Amino acid sequence: MDKQTMKSGRPNLTVDIGGLVLKNPVMPASGTFGYGEEYAPFLDLNCLGAVVTKGLSLRPKAGNPTPRIAETISGMLNAIGLQNVGVDDFIKFKLPFLREFTTPVIVNFFGNTLEEYGEVAARLSDIPEVTAVELNISCPNVKKGGIVFGTDPKAAHEAVSTVRKQLNKHLMVKLTPNVTDITVIARAVEEAGADSISCINTITGMAVDIKTRRPRLANRTGGLSGPAIRPVALRMVHQVVQAVKIPVIGVGGIVRPMDALEFLIVGARAVQVGTANFVDPASMITIIEGIEQFLLEEGLTDINQLIGSLEL
Amino acid sequence: MKNYKTIILSNQEISPGYYRMRLLTPGFSETARPGQFLMMRVQQSLPPLLRRPFGIFRTGFLPADCEGMPPKEYTEILYKVVGRGTNIMADLHRGDKVEVLGPLGRGFDVGDPSEEKILVGGGIGLVPLYMLAESLASRCKVRLLMGGRTRDDILAVTEFERLGVETYVSTDDGSLGEEGLVTRVLERKLDKYPRSSVYACGPMPMLEAVYRICHRRQVPLQVSLEALMACGVGACLGCVVKGVGHTEESPRYLCSCKQGPVFRADQLDWSRLGEEPGYCEGCKS
Ligand SMILES: Cc1cc2nc3c(=O)[nH]c(=O)nc-3n(C[C@H](O)[C@H](O)[C@H](O)COP(=O)(O)OP(=O)(O)OC[C@H]3O[C@@H](n4cnc5c(N)ncnc54)[C@H](O)[C@@H]3O)c2cc1C
Ligand SMILES: Cc1cc2nc3c(=O)[nH]c(=O)nc-3n(C[C@H](O)[C@H](O)[C@H](O)COP(=O)(O)O)c2cc1C
Ligand code: FES
Repeated sequence: MDKQTMKSGRPNLTVDIGGLVLKNPVMPASGTFGYGEEYAPFLDLNCLGAVVTKGLSLRPKAGNPTPRIAETISGMLNAIGLQNVGVDDFIKFKLPFLREFTTPVIVNFFGNTLEEYGEVAARLSDIPEVTAVELNISCPNVKKGGIVFGTDPKAAHEAVSTVRKQLNKHLMVKLTPNVTDITVIARAVEEAGADSISCINTITGMAVDIKTRRPRLANRTGGLSGPAIRPVALRMVHQVVQAVKIPVIGVGGIVRPMDALEFLIVGARAVQVGTANFVDPASMITIIEGIEQFLLEEGLTDINQLIGSLEL
Repeated sequence: MKNYKTIILSNQEISPGYYRMRLLTPGFSETARPGQFLMMRVQQSLPPLLRRPFGIFRTGFLPADCEGMPPKEYTEILYKVVGRGTNIMADLHRGDKVEVLGPLGRGFDVGDPSEEKILVGGGIGLVPLYMLAESLASRCKVRLLMGGRTRDDILAVTEFERLGVETYVSTDDGSLGEEGLVTRVLERKLDKYPRSSVYACGPMPMLEAVYRICHRRQVPLQVSLEALMACGVGACLGCVVKGVGHTEESPRYLCSCKQGPVFRADQLDWSRLGEEPGYCEGCKS
């Protein structure tokens, strides 16, 4: 079935995220979909609302020691350590593959200093195949005693405005849930010039092997993802939607169509699917079809009638 | 490479704690290479959340159900019950639905057919060696050295013999074959056939011993490694192992689901390979 042909009787799935127009609201979450090509044998990338790539840094990053992953109840912990090929090799070797598709490319990146954030943004700004960027601010500022950009409103503001100055594309900012009040950070990044907000990143967690009494991750702690975090993610998306005017993209534990619908109803303009890709590589297709089916059943002609329709 | 939503044709205990599962997989054998693996979704409902990786033991055809139908293509895996996922698998029956993603990863390089081959399998590590033996047996001399703790860990040896492979069994307790470690048999065989190349899969301590022997004698070695995996397709980078030249300051990691699970021994950093938990901790020999 060609998703692009709008036959009469089929509901409209197109969403507008602050000028970033997507044919449907479903995209992968960064770091769970590689650079796109890893999953291309299993689903048609042209069917997705967008492709979001693995987080990039200025220079290649080797990542953390192993073990890097541990399965927990309805979730997984990861401490990959943001392993990536670096922005230059991404542009040279990974991006050409994505050029073959019509789907918008959203490039996720991070920095360990303000200068690094600015530099990566500058390099991506001139690349026509990059439709938008997603700024990961869940990393420590090595120059400021390791304070995580995304946990401090001032540091978050600085990171976003540094990138904003270098970038002439849509700027999505991804928030960490590891804060007391996410709305404070959300307002700070909105004020600094973000075009949209995606949330949430993983929730810091830990698991111990009771026989060896050692942490199950070499890094001791890691980020929890998967269905286990969905209620927390939904609550935070709800709060952020209330707190800011820019569009919000919901992320966290989405596995089935009904999970995505929950996020849309609380007001997410689009959703990202992460850990579910590992469980079923075609889960995003199932989710897109399920959303469409739900709209038909509810007698809705446009997804935008559903978005933010939460009854309170 | 495909996600097969398929059914189980049979699932039988072949030795205490070890099962053989046969899955219906049309088209699988055209692409499956020796040493590749698949990711199995144990059941539709969660948990367990993540798929589990299993080596492809063999592929084959069953006669069609009725005339005019194509023969039924199947894939077999052998597995040891060690935890949550494999316990659920052991309770599955003919006709039950499962999903398998595969074939995945880089398998064995079958190498020069004029060289003799020695395959070393420890316990369930035997699995990826069968298709390798199948593709080699008609072309060169193949010897299989199969080791385990007890006779219960020695699997499918007669199937290798049927391929024309010379097999040598050893167990730690002497309950089947020679008493002692499989590596002692390997030393002897390499004394006698020093120009062989070696292919090995098994628990990490066994692989390390095999590596030391082959390294000392300058015999080419390929090993199939086990790592914890989430995606199996190179997307999550959870499954890396340390490559040659790895240091803490400049880490060098290889992605074991995409660049492996089979590696040439000289690609790996053996000094640090077995030091962290998470790989098979000798739990399966
Ligand atoms: C490429 C590859 C091929 C494999 N082929 C086979 C095979 O042919 N037959 C077979 O029986 N097993 C094979 N394994 C190991 C198999 O994947 C694990 O035994 C299985 O995932 C355990 O699942 P579980 O839910 O039963 O155990 P869990 O409850 O998840 O864990 C129980 C125990 O098993 C260990 N374990 C879990 N996952 C792995 C793993 N990936 N590797 C090593 N130890 C693990 C844990 O450390 C723990 O001690 C293979 C692994 C890989 C990476
Ligand atoms: C293995 C793995 C790697 C990840 N890498 C990144 C990354 O590089 N950048 C980023 O912003 N988020 C990263 N994330 C977080 C996800 O994008 C997502 O926010 C989180 O997993 C929650 O969604 P989920 O429950 O659907 O997986 C990663 C998550 C996982 C599981
Ligand atoms: S298991 Fe995900 S990259 Fe290897």
